[in-house]
This record gives sequence, C-alpha cells and structure tokens, in this order.
Amino acid sequence: MAADYSQEPILKVEHMKQYFKVSSSFTVKAVDDVSFDIYPGETYGLVGESGSGKTTIGRGIIRLYDPTDGKITFKGADITGKLDKDTFKLLRTKMQMIFQDPMASLNPRKKIGDIIGEGLDIHKMYSTKEERKQKIDRILAMVGLAAEHYDRYPYQFSGGQRQRVGIARALIMNPELIIADECISALDVSIQAQVVNLMKDIQEETGAAYLFIAHDLSMVKYISDRIGVLHLGRMLETGTTQEIFSRPLHPYTRSLLSAIPSPNPRTEKGRTALEYDYATSGLDYDKGTLTKVEGSHYVHGTAKEIAEWMESTS
Amino acid sequence: MSVQKAVQSEYALQQSAYEPSAEDFVFDKSIDIYTDRNYASVGFWKGVFTRFFKNVRAVIGLVIIVVCMFLALVGPHMNRYGYSDIQSVYDQETGKEITARSLPPRIPWLHRMISGEEYQDEFADRTFLFGTDSLGRDLWTRVWYGARVSLLIAFVTIFIDMIVGMSFGLISGYFGGFADDVMQRFVEIANSIPRLVIVGVLATIMPKGIGLVIVALLLTEWIGMSKIARAEMLKNKEQEYIMASRTLGAGSGRIIFIDILPNTIGPIITQMMFSIPTAIFTEAFLSFVGVGIMLPQCSIGSLIEDGFNNITTLPYQIVPPILVLAFLMLAFNFVGDGLREALAPRIEDM
Repeated sequence: MAADYSQEPILKVEHMKQYFKVSSSFTVKAVDDVSFDIYPGETYGLVGESGSGKTTIGRGIIRLYDPTDGKITFKGADITGKLDKDTFKLLRTKMQMIFQDPMASLNPRKKIGDIIGEGLDIHKMYSTKEERKQKIDRILAMVGLAAEHYDRYPYQFSGGQRQRVGIARALIMNPELIIADECISALDVSIQAQVVNLMKDIQEETGAAYLFIAHDLSMVKYISDRIGVLHLGRMLETGTTQEIFSRPLHPYTRSLLSAIPSPNPRTEKGRTALEYDYATSGLDYDKGTLTKVEGSHYVHGTAKEIAEWMESTS
Repeated sequence: MSVQKAVQSEYALQQSAYEPSAEDFVFDKSIDIYTDRNYASVGFWKGVFTRFFKNVRAVIGLVIIVVCMFLALVGPHMNRYGYSDIQSVYDQETGKEITARSLPPRIPWLHRMISGEEYQDEFADRTFLFGTDSLGRDLWTRVWYGARVSLLIAFVTIFIDMIVGMSFGLISGYFGGFADDVMQRFVEIANSIPRLVIVGVLATIMPKGIGLVIVALLLTEWIGMSKIARAEMLKNKEQEYIMASRTLGAGSGRIIFIDILPNTIGPIITQMMFSIPTAIFTEAFLSFVGVGIMLPQCSIGSLIEDGFNNITTLPYQIVPPILVLAFLMLAFNFVGDGLREALAPRIEDM
C-alpha cells in the first residue's frame, strides 16, 4: 500500500517541545517547536546529526517521555497529557517502536517467544495457548525466523536476527504506526539492506506507516516518502524525498546531502563536502519560522534568508 | 575447475562489475530455514532443574541441607533422652543422685570392640554420641534440637530478604523521585537505630523467645537486601528492553517483577546467602544476652556460646554445634551459587 495523502494524517505533531531540566539554572531544549504529519501507509524519514533530537521526538511521541509542550494527535485522539484507558490502549497497541540497539532491546532472561508475545500477554489478545503460539509462529515466519527459535534466548542470536525479533515484537500488535529509532544503525551493511527490505515488505503487506529515524541519508532516501531535517532540536526543512534531494534549500540540509558518498568513483572524486557550523553561519534559529516553499516543501528561516537560498539554488 | 578457467571467470567478473539489486537482499522463503538442533527447546523450569543438578557443588549443598533438616526432625527422637533431661542415676549405697556431667562422647559397644574393656562408671551402658554438657544433658539431642531453631531462623531470613527487602528496594528504585527519597530516608532512619536498642524495646512489649528474635530480624535484616535490590533496579530500568516493555503497555508491577527481577537474581541470591549466617549469629547473640531462646531450650548459637565458655577444659562440647553450623553455611552458599547459575543462564555462564 502506498502512502495515502487523501486521508487524515494518522499522526499530527504540532509545536512539540521537549525540555530536560539539568539543573535549576540550565535546561536542555532537546526538541524545540517541531511540527509534522504522517499519513497512513507513509514513511516519514527524520534525519539529523547526533544530538539533534531525533530519538527524543520518537520517544516523546510514543510517550516514553512526557512532552513539555505541544499537541500530538494519533488517529484522532490527543495523546499528550494524562491518557484515559482507551487512549492508552490505542497508543500501546497501534503505535509501536523498533529500538536502536538489538543487543540491549531484548530482555536477556526471556525466551524469544515470550519477548515477542509480551504485547499479547499484556493486552490479553488470545483466548488459548495454542492461539498465542500460532500468532507468534506466524510473525516469526514473517520476519524470516523459524518456529524452533521460539524457545531460545537472545544471546543465541546474531545482531540481525535479534533486530528481526525486535521487529516481530512490534508487528504482532498489528500497529498502524511504527517508530523505527535508528533501527539499522547497529547492523552491518548487508544486514541493513535485509532489514530495510523486510520493513518495506511489511509495509506493503500491512499498510503501516513508519517514522523512520536515521542518520544514514542514503538509507533514508531509499525508504522514505517524505523527509524532515532536524538540527539542534529544530525542524529545518521538510518535504518529499524528491523535493529535498533535488533542491535542498537550507545550508544545513545542503551540507548533510553533500556528505553522502557516491558509489560512482568518477563523481565521488569531484564531490566536495560543504561545511556548516551554526555558530559561524550567521543564522539565528530563534528568528526564523517554518515557511512553505512549494508543494509540501517547507524550510525554516527568515523571509530574507529563504529568498537568498532560493536564488542561489534556482 | 582448471586454473585457466578460474582466471577466465575472474577476468569476466572484472569486466562487468556486479551491481547489487534489491532482489539480492530479499528472504528466500522457498527453502526451509536451517535449524540448529544443538539448542533443542527445553521448558524454563526443566532447564533450571537440569542445570542445577549438573552442578556438583550445588547438589552437595542440597544434600547437606536435606540431611541436616532430616536430623533436626528425627535426631532428638533417636534416643530416649529429652533435650532438657539431666541424665543421672540413683546410687543405692550412698543414697545420692549422680549426674552425667561433662562426659566425653561414648559409644559402649565401640569402646568394647576397640579396647576390649567396659566403661567403669555409673553410665557404662549409656550411649552419648556427642557427649553431655556441663549439666549432664545429652548433646546429640540438644544439637539437633538447636538446629531446628537455626534452620527456622535461616528460612525466616530468606523470607524477609525476598519479600520485604527485595520488594522495598525494587519499588524504591523503580519509581525514583519523591517516592524514592521518602523510602530511602526511611531506610537511613531504620539503619541508624542499633539492633540492640530495637531488641531492648521489643523485649519490654513482647515475651522473650523465638518470636522476639524473628520480629527483631524482620525489623532490621531487610535493609542490606533493599540496598542491593535498589542498585540493581537503577542499573536495569533505563535499559532499552524495559522501554520496549513500556511501549507495549506493561504496567509497573509487570516491569518490576517479571522483566527486571530475573535480571537482578544473581546479586540478590548472593546477598541472601550472606545474610543467613548473620541472622543465625544474631539469634545466638540475642540468646546470649538473654532475650532470645529461653533455657532450657537451645539453639546452635547458644550451644556454641556454652561450648566456648568451656573450650579450654572441655573442648569436645563446642565441636558438634560448630560443625553443624559450618556445614549448613557451606551448604547454603553452594545452593545459592548453584541456584544463581541455574536460574540465570547467560553467555558468560555457559
């Protein structure tokens, strides 16, 4: 199923802020006024350097953190503030997360079957033990593991296999939105491709939407329908993959894209990586706003700055 | 394949560099996935059972504990002496009562067999396996009677550690913030009151005896365990697998006792094994200062105290209770180690 833009967005993030109070005089603004939408069946890629707030956004949306401010709507229900029972259940079943480190995200003392079946156990989504086993076996097969793996412990698996267990754990709840938090960063390249293709297959089969958080731009380009570029907790530029890659406007986006190595040695030789440093760039993120350029392409800056960037790229 | 052919094919490869396509990374679902049967599936408790009984030391420990428990149950009834009966004979000629004070161990038939002679005193026909104490009571009976008390104390301590200390520490560490502050201040206050003061206060409001010892342990023995459990909780609760449980909607109880507890079992069992001897000696100490087991009842601790008073003149009196205590301690530690390894298999244990 391809992304369906005619429907209401499945997830709406409006002016999300996430501050962490380090001491009485110092607060880290990990996420500062970020807004975006995700449509059913769509893959939204979130990119940015380490510390730009990508993971924090993911964790704030799924309520591992309590966002400081802003409104997040999931399937029409407000999931900020105190959740009532139905909203909590909706959030905990229809939104799932795939974690970054396959070594740390599986409980070392639990069997694979019980790790995958945990969601079923919590929400009592089966009537007999056979039904539970059947459901788990089906998901195991879907992610390319055998039913015999049910009784093993995480330490008996490789990194790629563990990550597939992590995906299975999210999938068994039939989620409509999966937050993939750098879920391929800890894997080697061939396994990365395997996992990403698995995720694509699953999307075709189930129609789930992804919030794909990564710093590997080539992978994001491969899987995403739309992309958001984050820096220092701000959304600097967002648009379709086509818009961002063909006409990056913000200097930070341009520097990010220029850092992608080219597989063709002839073009790779001529590639120059642009430098970008916020302190010396002369930009002040506090002054700018997220402004529409064309279609779904938005860029963050003052009117003057944006006009300048438009001119230099046209 | 000939060398020439190999060179040719390599040349061909160089000519057209292989371009990987998406199909190369797709699962081939047409073939059966290779299954490694070295790790045949075993149920959790069955696995724990086999791992435990493979461990020689753990089995030795278990055997010692079972034997001690058996002797504690039937030992006092294996002869006709009661634990508080003073053994004596009535001398017809002088009309005096002669008590069997401080006799060394004696087994008449063994003595006859080895030396060919009979004992020449008034107790020639009686068997005292461990001898008698300075009042003339049979030590075998008293040692196993005392072992009942010490085993009871050991199991009460396990219970206190597991239920009170562990739960308190895990809950305090998990919720953190204000709840943790309040609970930790409570621990500090409880920890700052000397045990003897608590016992002193208790002695004024309840009758002396084993009940008082148990209440005293209940009030003080859990603190060490709660600290260990809290530290383990703090270490584990920020792990990604706990976040995963939370995103699945797991409640606090499930996270604390089903997800995190099995991961903290190693240090918890170790701490428990350390606290058992402490508790047994606490009981001995309380009996010594006169608020624990009341005479003529006895415990391993009070027997050791008695024996220690006479150690220079009657050294055989201290040996039996000391040996029973030593074997019990050793056995509890063996079993604890074995349990830890059996319950918590990790790659470093295999």
